[in-house]
Amino acid sequence: MIQGDENSGTDEVIIRQFLIANELGLHLRPAGLLVKTANQYKSSITIEKGGVEADGKSIIQIATLNAAHNSTITIKACGPDACRAMEALGNLILNNFEEPHSDGNSPAEPPA
Amino acid sequence: METAQQNLLLKGTGVSPGIIIGKAFLFVPDDIEIPVITLAGKAEINGEIERFKQALARSRESLRAVKKEVERKKQKEARYIIDAQLLILEDKLLVDNIIKTIREKGVDAASAVKETVRKLSRGFDDVSDEYLKERKTDLDYIGERIVRNILGTKRHDLSTIREPSIIVAHDLSPADTAHLDTSVVIGFVTNTGGKTSHTAIMARALEIPSVVGLEKVTKEVKNGDVIIIDGAIGVVIVRPTAETLRSYSEKKQMYEQLKKELFQYKDLPAETPDGFHIRLLANVELVEEVSAILEHGAEGIGLYRTEFLYLNRKELPSEDEQFNIYKKVIKTIAPYPVTIRTLDLGGDKFLSHLDLVEEMNPVLGLRAIRLCLKEVGIFKTQLRALLRASAFGELKMLFPMISGMQEIYQIKGILDEIKHDLTVSGIPFNPHVQIGIMIEIPSAATIADMLAREVDFFSIGTNDLIQYTLAIDRVNEHVSYLYNPLHPSVIRLIKTVIESAHSNGIEVVMCGEMAGEPLYLPILLGLGIDELSMNPLCILKIKKLMRSLGYRQCRDFVKTIDHLKTAEEIEAFMRLEMKKRFPAAFEMTEA
Repeated sequence: MIQGDENSGTDEVIIRQFLIANELGLHLRPAGLLVKTANQYKSSITIEKGGVEADGKSIIQIATLNAAHNSTITIKACGPDACRAMEALGNLILNNFEEPHSDGNSPAEPPA
Repeated sequence: METAQQNLLLKGTGVSPGIIIGKAFLFVPDDIEIPVITLAGKAEINGEIERFKQALARSRESLRAVKKEVERKKQKEARYIIDAQLLILEDKLLVDNIIKTIREKGVDAASAVKETVRKLSRGFDDVSDEYLKERKTDLDYIGERIVRNILGTKRHDLSTIREPSIIVAHDLSPADTAHLDTSVVIGFVTNTGGKTSHTAIMARALEIPSVVGLEKVTKEVKNGDVIIIDGAIGVVIVRPTAETLRSYSEKKQMYEQLKKELFQYKDLPAETPDGFHIRLLANVELVEEVSAILEHGAEGIGLYRTEFLYLNRKELPSEDEQFNIYKKVIKTIAPYPVTIRTLDLGGDKFLSHLDLVEEMNPVLGLRAIRLCLKEVGIFKTQLRALLRASAFGELKMLFPMISGMQEIYQIKGILDEIKHDLTVSGIPFNPHVQIGIMIEIPSAATIADMLAREVDFFSIGTNDLIQYTLAIDRVNEHVSYLYNPLHPSVIRLIKTVIESAHSNGIEVVMCGEMAGEPLYLPILLGLGIDELSMNPLCILKIKKLMRSLGYRQCRDFVKTIDHLKTAEEIEAFMRLEMKKRFPAAFEMTEA
């Protein structure tokens, strides 16, 4: 089968939803980390919130998403390293952008 | 020659107290009108794009240098801001749009930057979150920085200031203040901003007298003008007359004397000459204020209000978010104790989606503990966060607006449930965390003896106690004259509460405004209060007075007051006695 567009056949598209759990929403620091992480990958990264899309590599667009605390965003990664990009972005968000749990006492897991 | 108006008085918002007189250093980087230049031909366009790219590179370089500087100075907040500004600078959206504007419209680089920034700024118009909206200023700032690099005009660098100066600016960014030498920069005045703006936060951190929100101070002041800042009341006087200057010099001297004198008391115990000691604590609302209170000689936080966590936002704060804040507060203040009060708000104030009925008498309505016991989910989240934080230092939990025993039973039931959960999950907490209640409703004061057997401490909230006891709405101008902390009924209630507590072996802290008022101190000491929690700025003043009051004398005052029948008589008596003993101290505090 012949790929119809510029996809070389190795391109992946991954879409995931996340909850923004940290205190001030996607404020300076988290938005910055998000962009820095996205920039490490070739794939295009799109962040969508409430019908508005932002380029995951543009801090200006992310800032205007109005992604406050507890809002849900959808990230779409598209490109040859989409899988790895999504994993990195997911880790960042799920770890609350490495916010305050600075001294290793993140909420304890119930013992198995 | 001098035509500018003398003694011009401008009123803004005082964000950092103190009086300062100095020369203005006008810091208005971008008041130059940029004429739009239409480019002729491809060569000029390419040249302009190249010019822009070079300016971009220079901007990046200089901002990186600033970043190094704030990293060196460990200014964490400033670093995040500059980090984000760097990302804005490198944002393809911005860069591509500017180049496109130059190319397609054939205009010069500086105009293209301005136009693009203006266009992108509009994206922030629909941002409702206050904090995120503020990022627009970062975009503006970056635009300005690039324009400056294109035109080759330098933004004044505050680090080059050599003689004592007051910075007069439209607004200040952390990048501006990063290089500040506080021995030469003695004050800030700005056109924009409020109590929580970047400028305000930095002014307070640096303890520099500042007034913001003056609207057009940059237009009124010329470089080198003499200006006076009164940071406490938000007044700026431009080009003062000799007479004004003289009177303010005196005022300044007095203020400094007072400050110097008071700071001697910082490390001295809060103790009367005859050996009676109480703890002076601070009321705190923001986690940022916490470290400063130790500077004011506080021996802990007597009241940490959690309301701000819930305000101005659409969603409730999560358990983790709260836990992190509480933990930070507790760890910062350790080994001193922190009393954190659970949510003390009416639902209307913070939650639109709760769908509460509008109340006729919100002060008597569903608020504080009542709301928490109704919306138990909200309450449990906060309690769980508090309990988890209790593992990190000395936390005391305080419950507001208690009216009777039933509420305590309910709270304890919920607490036990959460403690059990935490234990089962293996999450650490302090099982013996102290719990206390606000005594601010007369019913609670009346049955204080019963309540005292159920809790570890009392906290008297005088503002509400007075309001409820005297049935006075403080905000209602027609009756507010009746609001008087010295009403005999109020004093009797406080006395009952303290006696009931002490006979049951628990302590009483007072955390209302009354606690920080020098005139009331002798009465509170005489009544046997154990701790006073107040605005941190009042602590040293109270400590100083305390160190010259005799405890036995205070007991006698209270006995005398017992026979006085009106608030006016009591007040007159106290003023007379205090003025007799401490003429200087009471001149001071009345000002």
